[in-house]
Amino acid sequence: MIELERVAYTYGGAELFADLSMTLAPGSFHFLTGPSGAGKTTLLKLCYGELIATSGMVRIFGQNTREMDRDQIALARRRIGVVHQDCQFLDHLPMAENVALPLTVSGRQEEADEYLADLLAWVGLSGQASQLPPQLSGGERQRAALARAVIMSPEVVIADEPTGNIDWEMSQRLLTLLVELNKMGKAVLIATHDLNLIRAAKTQVAARVLRLRGGQLQAAGSEL
Amino acid sequence: MSGWTSVLVGDPRADRMVPKTGFTVQLTVFSSAAMAFLAVFALALSLATERLADRWSAELARTSTLRISAPQDQIAAQTEAALRVLQTTPGVGSARALSDDEQVALLEPWFGPDLPVASLPIPRLIEIVEIGDGFDATGLRARLQAEVPGAVLDDHTRWRAPLVAAADRLRSLGYISLALIGGAMAAMITLAAQAALSANSQVIRVMRLVGATDAFIAGAFVRRFTLRAFAGAGFGAAAGAAGIFFLPEADVAGGFLTGLGFEGLHWLWPLAIPPLAGTVAFVSTRTAAIRRLKEQS
Repeated sequence: MIELERVAYTYGGAELFADLSMTLAPGSFHFLTGPSGAGKTTLLKLCYGELIATSGMVRIFGQNTREMDRDQIALARRRIGVVHQDCQFLDHLPMAENVALPLTVSGRQEEADEYLADLLAWVGLSGQASQLPPQLSGGERQRAALARAVIMSPEVVIADEPTGNIDWEMSQRLLTLLVELNKMGKAVLIATHDLNLIRAAKTQVAARVLRLRGGQLQAAGSEL
Repeated sequence: MSGWTSVLVGDPRADRMVPKTGFTVQLTVFSSAAMAFLAVFALALSLATERLADRWSAELARTSTLRISAPQDQIAAQTEAALRVLQTTPGVGSARALSDDEQVALLEPWFGPDLPVASLPIPRLIEIVEIGDGFDATGLRARLQAEVPGAVLDDHTRWRAPLVAAADRLRSLGYISLALIGGAMAAMITLAAQAALSANSQVIRVMRLVGATDAFIAGAFVRRFTLRAFAGAGFGAAAGAAGIFFLPEADVAGGFLTGLGFEGLHWLWPLAIPPLAGTVAFVSTRTAAIRRLKEQS
């Protein structure tokens, strides 16, 4: 689905990483960990085409991102659900409309009426549908972002520090939702510092943990 | 959907993605209204000068004047001789000598009402009205030179040409004004659109994150600016047309400026201004949006 082959990325003259390879296969579950500034968010952005590799090849659903135009990237993103650490909502729209944004931009608004209520119930936000994003708590925003990420039934879900701003109980709830998605056959890639979250996930799913450090991507050891 | 159809039909949920607040709303509506208001006057000026040029051209082209300058005791004889020549000249419909009263009336603006015509060596004027393609001025001059030595033919060519040229230039200035107004409107709407795109960079980022294409993102802005420009121009054009409608009538006050306005079907022209303003806004916003989205990628 998403393949990185000998990828390098340079930012501001400094090489963030080089010769990095990774494959996200259908139904896989990956954690991406590493120190702050190691390039986790950059790596995720390469995976959904927001950034283009300096060298090497990133293929999204078989297409080389360097050869894709902006509209092709946009169409590919409809098959990838992304949960940002800061959620990124349109603050002037109610939460339900924010969750339905991927359907709206795809011209499939009528499906929102069909799925939205069930999806909001699934993430436990049925009562907050009409609230604006700034009125929601951190955990509610993260769950709303997850709902938005999956409303198009994407093949891949990518989450960047999804539990960074929420308490442990809410982290567990969010993890449960991501594990459920993985069990539906979605590939999941989560960037996180939260080792407890990784340990909790490994009790529920066969997750692979990758550590990004010093520009290299390595499989994490048994300490996790 | 095609560009124009999507602008007219729209998509309420897509439109909601761009916040409605911001100074660009007022700026677009106000500048469109102001420009449409000015455009109505520029249009009225162009059409009025066109009518004026046509009228001057037509009126002056159909008449000529023959001036008999001779010693007082020969004026009557030469006038009769000139009238005989004119009666046999092809293209002359009618010719008549102005009476003393008519000549006094012509001179009255310069010399006052009690001009003693009889005691002054004033030439006799003959008014000639042409028919068909008019007469051959060169041939007529030659005949008059032979038969009426004191006759001078003025076919108005000398002073008709600069008047018509002046009216033509005024009309051109009106059209240039219209083009400048359109250009200024495009520039203002482009600036407003760019400001809106900058102010909504977070909105654009989120739309891209969820898979919006450039055409979809641009469409949300283009539709809004086009409709605002259309509405503003509608208001401005209506106000301008009302202003023209309430100008004093030409035949009451007289003069060119009071003749500024529309006649007959020309009143339909202001109706074209809002759609034109919408088109200008559509093109300028779409160009600005596509360029900005390309820069932000």
